[in-house]
Amino acid sequence: MSNIKKQNVRHSEHSLTAPVSIHDMTVAYQRKPVLWDVDLDIPEGKLVTIVGPNGAGKSTLIKAAMDLVPKASGLVRFYGKPFKAQRHMVSYVPQRETVDWDFPIDAIGVVTMGRYSKIGWCLPVRKKDKQVAMEALERVGMEAYAHRQISQLSGGQQQRVFLARALAQNAPICFMDEPFASVDAATERAIVEVLNELKQAGKTVVVVHHDLQTVPEYFDYVIMLNMRVVAHGDVADVFTEDNLRKTYGGRLTLLSEAAERFARQGNSH
Amino acid sequence: MIATHTLSDVRITLPTWDELLRVLLLEEYNTRVVVLGVMALGLASGLIGTFLVLRKRALTADALSHATLPGIVIAFMCMVAMGGDGKSLAGLLTGAFVFGCIGVLLIIAIRSTTRLKDDAAIGIVLSVLFGLGICLLRLATDLPSGNSAGLSGFIFGKAASMIASDTYMMVGLALFVAISTGLLFKEFSVLCFDASFGSSQGWPILLLDTVLMLLVAIVTVIALQTVGLVLAVALLIIPAASSRFWTSSVKRMLISAAIIGLLSGWLGAVVSAVIPRVPTGPIIVMICGFWFLLSLVFGTDSGVLKRQVQRVRLNRKIELQHLLRAMFELVEERESEDIPMHEILAKRSWSLSQVNAIVKRAQQLGFLNRTGNSMVRFTELGNSESKRMVRNHRLWEVYLINYADIAPSHVDRDADMIEHVLGKEMVRQLELLLAQDEIIDSPHPLGGSAS
Repeated sequence: MSNIKKQNVRHSEHSLTAPVSIHDMTVAYQRKPVLWDVDLDIPEGKLVTIVGPNGAGKSTLIKAAMDLVPKASGLVRFYGKPFKAQRHMVSYVPQRETVDWDFPIDAIGVVTMGRYSKIGWCLPVRKKDKQVAMEALERVGMEAYAHRQISQLSGGQQQRVFLARALAQNAPICFMDEPFASVDAATERAIVEVLNELKQAGKTVVVVHHDLQTVPEYFDYVIMLNMRVVAHGDVADVFTEDNLRKTYGGRLTLLSEAAERFARQGNSH
Repeated sequence: MIATHTLSDVRITLPTWDELLRVLLLEEYNTRVVVLGVMALGLASGLIGTFLVLRKRALTADALSHATLPGIVIAFMCMVAMGGDGKSLAGLLTGAFVFGCIGVLLIIAIRSTTRLKDDAAIGIVLSVLFGLGICLLRLATDLPSGNSAGLSGFIFGKAASMIASDTYMMVGLALFVAISTGLLFKEFSVLCFDASFGSSQGWPILLLDTVLMLLVAIVTVIALQTVGLVLAVALLIIPAASSRFWTSSVKRMLISAAIIGLLSGWLGAVVSAVIPRVPTGPIIVMICGFWFLLSLVFGTDSGVLKRQVQRVRLNRKIELQHLLRAMFELVEERESEDIPMHEILAKRSWSLSQVNAIVKRAQQLGFLNRTGNSMVRFTELGNSESKRMVRNHRLWEVYLINYADIAPSHVDRDADMIEHVLGKEMVRQLELLLAQDEIIDSPHPLGGSAS
């Protein structure tokens, strides 16, 4: 893509009303770039998934959007404004492995942390916040475990606690990093239910996902990523065998597996 | 302090009851000064130490305290150069504080610019700065003017040299740290549990980390005079680590760490006051260590004893379930209510004495009766209990066979109420399956080994 064309794209395609719009973003760790020239708008009120092989920069994309890792270049706008000004509009479900689950806290305590920034510096947690946290736990079917130590929860239950923490933030945009990774069936169902609830409430959800099989079932919009954006658009239009090959190209086993899955998916519909 | 001693006098004189009482009740002016100061220190270090441990920065604090030595000596040299005697405590502690912070910055610099990990960076900074301090100390003692005699006291602490104004400063700083920790409870909790989530919410993680380390530096600096820089880190880590054995809530951890710190300080100061020539700092640290040992063994949250008891209980429960199951199956097979012991023995790989012990326990629980001639028989209670248990067990097995490929993490065979784990709807389906396949018996051959 030439520079001139990029300029045009920026002005014609990006809109101020997109919940997330990413302009020419490049991210590098040390010397190695991990994301090249990502340039896209994420549509409002849709369930959006980011797929791609390991090391494709899926998590990096959402982390860079939230300023959690530095960008080498480019900028990201949330409803037309930088992240700093729009933090309250964005909730985040990090990968489960990123925290120490031996931390001395119970499930409701973790969920209440989703309210901390609304409470403000040095002020104590209010009754209202506890209530919101409890409601969030109910939405993921974990109210019975509210006062259970987080170390005693199963992996799926821990994932649901993380999800509840994001729900307690009650933000119009939600980023989730591999929420379906190694969870049990009950948790997978609970997450899908929550996703649909969020969609119905008009919220925009961006999910890093690894299971290609469930993409058409769970999501409306797909971003196919392999260090650069291979394709993005409605699942029905973009999630094609051709694009999958471009995304996973070179990884032969993965490719055939993906194609096979895709074929199966196509047949069943 | 009470009796006088000559250098050759090596006896440890035990105090009289009167002396002890006077010390305990802080009637002695000197003791009061030391005890108050040390208690304030224990309180503050217990509080901030909790977050230090939760943030996993305990060793950084150790490097920080060792790094204070060159700061102390350089501050002394500067004060002497400016014409004083270099005795101002505030001046020395300022030097210590500055160098403690420099030490932490060096660790961060090494970590972020090289491939070295934390432990290596900490080891380098700790040893090099401490070495520098010792060398400077040597130089300082050779200075013609100024009185450097007290400087080495900061290495192992010298509580006896404290005066009232020192105590006021210590208490003031300790209260400042305690109040700051209380106010920043929420912020520090997010920092320690999930910093990147906190950052996405707009909490300035770098600033919070800095504030945490600054508060730790303040505590270290006030610990210099009493416990000394080598052992200062003990007061930060041990109360916090001990309290983790008693509770699983940050709030209660803070409270109990503060209490342990406070008590250790008080006891340590008292002990060193009543037993002459016992150094205060090491005694305080040893009392902390004693608390730790106590907590490790008896802690009600995760103490060794509690875990052991839980394990034994679980084992017994499983054994009892095995017995009930074996008997239930034997009743089914034999169509007789009376089961001979040797058949139970043949059911699994357990010894006669084991079976006897389990039968005895089951008897005490009212599940079965001995009917003479080494025969046993279910009571009403035992009958219903074993039925319920076998049903649950078989439902789990059906579940494993039919659903476990999607949800192995949901298998909890130990659960008394299968409905609590799987939900009523799932249990109904499993019961249907159980009836459909006519696997009224176990889905795998009876009499098999442990399943």
